[in-house]
Amino acid sequence: MADRLRGLIPLIAAALVGAAVLLPLAAVIWRAGGLSPLDGRSWDAVWFTLWQAALSAALSVGLAVPVARALARRRFRGRAALVALLGAPFILPVIVAILGLLAVFGQKGWLSDGLALFGLPAVKIYGLHGVLLAHVFFNLPLATRLLLQGWRDIPAERFRLAATLGFRPWTMFRLIEWPMLRRIAPGAAMVIFVICLSSFAVALTLGGGPKATTVELAIYQAFRFDFDIGKAAQLAVVQLVLAGAAALVAMRLTLPEAGFGGLDRIVSRWDGSRLLDGFWIALVALFLLLPLAAIGLRGAGALVSLPASVWQAALYSVCVSLGAVLVTLTLALPLALSRRKWVELVGLLGIASSPLVLGTGLYLMINPFIAPWDVALPVTAAVNAVMALPFVLRILRPAAAQIEAEHGRLADSLDLHGLARLRWLVLPRLRRPLGFAAGLTGALAMGDLGVITLFADPDTATLPLQMYRLMGAYRMDQAAGAALLLLILSFGLFWIFDRGGRARADT
Amino acid sequence: MLTLEGLQITQDDFRLSADWKVATGTRVAIIGPSGGGKSTLLAAICGFTPATGRVLWQGAALDGMAPGKRPIAMLFQDQNLFPHLTAAQNVGLALSQKRLTTDQQRRVAQALARVGLAGFEDRKPAQLSGGQQSRVALARLLLQDRPLWLLDEPFAALGPGLRSEMLALVHQIALEVGATVLMVTHDPEDARKFAQLIVVVDQGVAQAPRDVDEVFENPDQALQDYLGR
Repeated sequence: MADRLRGLIPLIAAALVGAAVLLPLAAVIWRAGGLSPLDGRSWDAVWFTLWQAALSAALSVGLAVPVARALARRRFRGRAALVALLGAPFILPVIVAILGLLAVFGQKGWLSDGLALFGLPAVKIYGLHGVLLAHVFFNLPLATRLLLQGWRDIPAERFRLAATLGFRPWTMFRLIEWPMLRRIAPGAAMVIFVICLSSFAVALTLGGGPKATTVELAIYQAFRFDFDIGKAAQLAVVQLVLAGAAALVAMRLTLPEAGFGGLDRIVSRWDGSRLLDGFWIALVALFLLLPLAAIGLRGAGALVSLPASVWQAALYSVCVSLGAVLVTLTLALPLALSRRKWVELVGLLGIASSPLVLGTGLYLMINPFIAPWDVALPVTAAVNAVMALPFVLRILRPAAAQIEAEHGRLADSLDLHGLARLRWLVLPRLRRPLGFAAGLTGALAMGDLGVITLFADPDTATLPLQMYRLMGAYRMDQAAGAALLLLILSFGLFWIFDRGGRARADT
Repeated sequence: MLTLEGLQITQDDFRLSADWKVATGTRVAIIGPSGGGKSTLLAAICGFTPATGRVLWQGAALDGMAPGKRPIAMLFQDQNLFPHLTAAQNVGLALSQKRLTTDQQRRVAQALARVGLAGFEDRKPAQLSGGQQSRVALARLLLQDRPLWLLDEPFAALGPGLRSEMLALVHQIALEVGATVLMVTHDPEDARKFAQLIVVVDQGVAQAPRDVDEVFENPDQALQDYLGR
């Protein structure tokens, strides 16, 4: 009896996730009345979405090749810190990065100031190139980590052999590195393409206008500006088809795994130009650090004099974030511990759906019964929980499988089952990955600017939304202060959870 | 009495059969070439590996029972302790899966003292030597209060001196509690010192147990091959 109950728990968790994703999708499809012909502006959005995602993927992976190669073969002070920094954009709130990028590359940014010294015109950041800049900022580090893993997996003996044979750089590339890149790079590009397909906050802030609107952004515009829920639903179906198709293609490619550590081994190499490698490393370090530094410099002064609305929003955001962590872990733990194969499909549900599509569906479901803005915060937490679930399962499932492989027989022979097994074996050994997963979820939910834009009324806002509103009102100093606060909260939340997982987890 | 009735283990192209009995309180060594299926035999008796035929303890069939429900305590080649738990917590799992009572804590301390680890309660496995880790596992075996012990080369990683020390300790404790012991070993000398009976596993058959002296005086072909005589 108890055994059957235990078998049911992952099923219940899967059913909840399935309902949370599929019901809104059904609502969207029902409201849109299937696939009806799109108008011209919607087609523009489709093309722009595909085009910018393809360019973002190509640029990110293309630039990642020299950077990852430089990191793979150079030993220098601060290398570990730089590799860690490459992981940072994953939990960096998008809106914070955008403010940082504006401060560096914007019309009144540092780059324009520098150009003005030479009498050159200021840079124009809004539009396609601004969107690409932000996407590369987020995805170049990801691509670099994926490729770095590829380089790391090339056996050191091959480089030693190549050195004894006196390979020229080109021969080295052709015979050793190119085969690895051909294997890893398409998968890396596909991952980034899928990520950029659902781009919302970047397009909202740096794109916009008929020429630079993604489908996700078009959903928001139909919602907020045209008050046309039917059109929003129609666009949501389009987004669903795009993301679903891309996810199907991605499943056929072998996707590379960056893992979340272990990129510290440096292969001894005797080739390549120190200067060129140094150039790439410095370039990527500056590209990542300058926007963050700009936030720090601008925000520090404003931090002490932030308006009460920002603090209020910060409190809401912390609640949303902790709520998302609670929901995600509650759902993920039974799923991660279940040894059944279909669990991976549950994770995929989160990947194939986008926040704005889910948001539209939830709005359609909730609206007839209660005012959507009354539940803006719980809905934001729930959508973030679903979106974080794939990542969390990717972290927890292998860890849980390893615990079973290493200690399962001993636990079986001691008749440790159910809650006792959880208490004596699973939870203590799963602490580290649990802490890491909680930190990741918390930071992602903290910085999310997505579904909240559909649900919020003028009086409620999460911190990212409040920040966006300050930017829209051109109160840039306050926005920078809010950005710094958001940055501190996101990284702080991640740090606390991750730290909590490590404490006393000594063996 | 442990009875293996037409036991058949089949895994891909590997097959192993056993059909014999061992009287309660006997110490049996299981020897044979590596890959012959010694560990698999123990895993089948304990319920980790599926097998056809029957395993009976004191006349009652064990088939279909989960490993932890069988009257069996097992020591593996490695991973015999949970690395995140202290010595006392590891041993305590033999008594209860809840918080231990004072009386139970006293029994844990006694068991640790019995294997020469008095005062080691709060150490974690990483803070113990290999020999000490084996002793903690043995202390748990002692408290598990199961009549049949299956030892799958648990001391293989120890040096020869430490190993015979541990075997002597297992020997003593098994005598004290009257446990029936099946121990896999690849060292004929260990087998001779520890066991009363020998089971040779070779060519897909776990032969019926025979008296240890008789086996070594008149080794059959399988044993001769294994011993390299």
